[in-house]
Amino acid sequence: MGLFDIFRKKKTEEIDEAVESTDELVSEQENSDEPSDEIEVANQSSDETQTTTPEYVSENQEITAEVEEQQIYDKGLEKSRTGFSARFNKFLANFRSVDEDFFEDLEETLVGADVGFDMAIKISDELREEVKLENAKRKEDVRDVIIKKLVDLYEADGVNEDGTMHFNLQGTTVILLVGVNGVGKTTTIGKLATKYQQQGKSVLLAAADTFRAGATKQLQEWGKRAGVPVVSGKEKADPASVVFEAVTKARDENYDVLFVDTAGRLQNNVNLMQELEKMKRIIKREIPSAPHEVLLVLDATTGQNALQQAKLFKDSSDVTGIVLTKMDGTAKGGMVFAIRNEMHLPVKWVGFGEKASDLREFKSEEFIYGLFKDLIA
Amino acid sequence: MAFENLTERLSKAMKNLTGRGRVSEEDLRATMREIRLALLEADVNYGTVKKFVANVREKASGADILEGLNPAQQIVKIVNDELTATMGEEAVPLNKSPKIPTIIMMAGLQGAGKTTTVAKLAYKLKQEQHARPLLIAADVYRPAAIDQLEILGRDLEIPVFQIGTDVDPREIVRQGLAQGIANKNDYIFIDTAGRLQIDEELMQELKDIANIAQPNEILLTVDAMTGQNAAETAKGFSEALDLTGVVLTKLDGDTRGGAALSIRDVTGKPIKFIGQGEKPTDLDVFYPERMASRILGMGDVLTLIEKAQRDFDEEAQAKQLEKMRQNTFDFNDFVAQLKQVQSMGPMEDLLKMIPGMANNPALANVNIDAKQFSHLEAIVSSMTPAEREDPDLINPSRRRRLAAGAGRPIVEVNRMIKQFDQMRKMMNQATNGNFGGMDKMMGGAGLDMSAMMGGGGMPSGNFGQKVQNFAIKQAARRLQKAKKKRGKK
Repeated sequence: MGLFDIFRKKKTEEIDEAVESTDELVSEQENSDEPSDEIEVANQSSDETQTTTPEYVSENQEITAEVEEQQIYDKGLEKSRTGFSARFNKFLANFRSVDEDFFEDLEETLVGADVGFDMAIKISDELREEVKLENAKRKEDVRDVIIKKLVDLYEADGVNEDGTMHFNLQGTTVILLVGVNGVGKTTTIGKLATKYQQQGKSVLLAAADTFRAGATKQLQEWGKRAGVPVVSGKEKADPASVVFEAVTKARDENYDVLFVDTAGRLQNNVNLMQELEKMKRIIKREIPSAPHEVLLVLDATTGQNALQQAKLFKDSSDVTGIVLTKMDGTAKGGMVFAIRNEMHLPVKWVGFGEKASDLREFKSEEFIYGLFKDLIA
Repeated sequence: MAFENLTERLSKAMKNLTGRGRVSEEDLRATMREIRLALLEADVNYGTVKKFVANVREKASGADILEGLNPAQQIVKIVNDELTATMGEEAVPLNKSPKIPTIIMMAGLQGAGKTTTVAKLAYKLKQEQHARPLLIAADVYRPAAIDQLEILGRDLEIPVFQIGTDVDPREIVRQGLAQGIANKNDYIFIDTAGRLQIDEELMQELKDIANIAQPNEILLTVDAMTGQNAAETAKGFSEALDLTGVVLTKLDGDTRGGAALSIRDVTGKPIKFIGQGEKPTDLDVFYPERMASRILGMGDVLTLIEKAQRDFDEEAQAKQLEKMRQNTFDFNDFVAQLKQVQSMGPMEDLLKMIPGMANNPALANVNIDAKQFSHLEAIVSSMTPAEREDPDLINPSRRRRLAAGAGRPIVEVNRMIKQFDQMRKMMNQATNGNFGGMDKMMGGAGLDMSAMMGGGGMPSGNFGQKVQNFAIKQAARRLQKAKKKRGKK
């Protein structure tokens, strides 16, 4: 349970210290070695994303920002967590002895949390072994074994995944957003554009969703709010033409970041998936290193179909990362396990609400901690 | 197509039972486990799955007294019945107010497809009943949501009521209703903003709107790809609102569609419509029994026939039928038929509605290229009017010219002409009451199949019925044979 001990310690420390001076916070962090490691790691990753050289003060600000981030995660995941752990607690309260029914219930519980069918089977099979080996009979023992297993599995899957955003060091960074209908692509672009604009980058948006009525207007509205120009084409125009215009404009006028909004498409629609490939080809032709990121937007309320979406979108447009939206609902979040386990695609952003600031970088440890906090308290 | 995976798994589960004289307790348990997993994997709510499996098990263990059907058939039947029952037995029509207007209000999560559904449903009513609907744009939160509805309204020629985003939705609804009543619109749709069922403030707004409008129909829009959370969402909305029905959207995806099974069970509300495509016409009435047979891979001939009837121009069909009988079916008719078949939707989906086709291994990876149709069309376009009317004119030299004109290899031209001839012959025989030639046609796969579909065209009227009956029988026989083979292994 070492992992959770770390989290618990880190959490209380951070909340205690958050209001106090930043110097104290740093010294406190230095005393306990593991959390400070993590903050260093976090800083390194944010160094990569920011072109400015971080100074001492800004470092501290980042730490405070980190604390806030944890709190937002806690708040945003409140609903998911109650779902997930209430489920587990209820399930464990009913449980009497370890028998076949127990494992059947376990499978069902895991599937119920949208963990994914294969994942659930894998866990229950491994647990069968584990429980036999450890001779765990008591409720607490079994619970510990389960949590440990989930964390182990999750961590094993997360190895070698790169959750940071990639940027073009010379010239325009092109970021393409793809996904099925109604997952929140346009909203996510609006939020990301606001974020990068505030970081002082020059941002351009391409409204390549020429199909859905009002999609271009929706993006233009976000552009207006963020103070960012939007390239758009005529209604029902070939989206590739909008992409071409936007890419050449971004390149010639030296924009830092170009976001391309695409129309929602179901992953089994071959023609529309080819249209996506075409857009990608055009981007590549104009800027050979682009697109630097292809983000697949997934609705957290989606069930097992999310895996199918990830698979087919990855095939057609080499998805580099995932944006998980609508996590402020009651979705169980078990999907993240499934995504990591089966596709090895890193989750890069998580959407917790409708405001621009509700889009957060994905922190897997915090995410997991948020889900299991009540379980181990 | 939706459900494919569920279909596959369920038939796998039941395959073990086929060819057995009697079903042992052991077999039954294994099958039940498979069915349970299949349903869980399809995102069916786990409570629903439990109930479903318990019901099937109970009925199955009581069923061994029944003679006649073999045990495997009996279990398939029980599962089919139970699927139908879970989804609600019969199609439930739209509630209608005794005097106009009928008020229909939408509710659902963000991105479920409320606005699209409003447009599709209004269009459907307009087309089928010559209704004069009014759409009220009450989503003031999502940027450009009102624009979306306005554009859809403009394209479909349906009036939209909107007064911008600075007005409270309750007020918008109030004014919209007044206008609708003044204009004597017979249907008034209220498009609301997407919201989480746990957002108290917005849920209160929805309750207020329902109080103001007193709708005859409150439709919950649910994304068919939703996972276990579907139950939670449905519960939340049905507790706050007096839901009258559900619209299941995005069923044209490859979702396993578990939500279709859970929703009725969790809310007790019927699924009334299903959205399965991007076009305004892609909204269909939900028939539980048809969906059940589709899930079990038993095809959905009724929908296929209806589709054919809806999308086909009867007059043109009658003309073509006459031409077939006189053996003057030419390339012009051929192209006309191609176009009609194309308008019915993707060929793969149509094929899967034919009994036994959904699980046919030969069709597992068939991805009938829509371009094939364009190629055929291109070849015909390269013909002179004389050639089109008199196909016998086409000699090898002309074929070479056609190939060059259409930009297709000459083999393709040859193949097409050969198929056309076969088709013509077959049609002539068929219309004259001789089905002998059909057997050969059915044997083919790939392009033959599509030519068959194109050629058969499922014309309306008596002939169409005959062809259909024949095709069904043929397919059933094939399925039986395949089953026997598998049973031996």
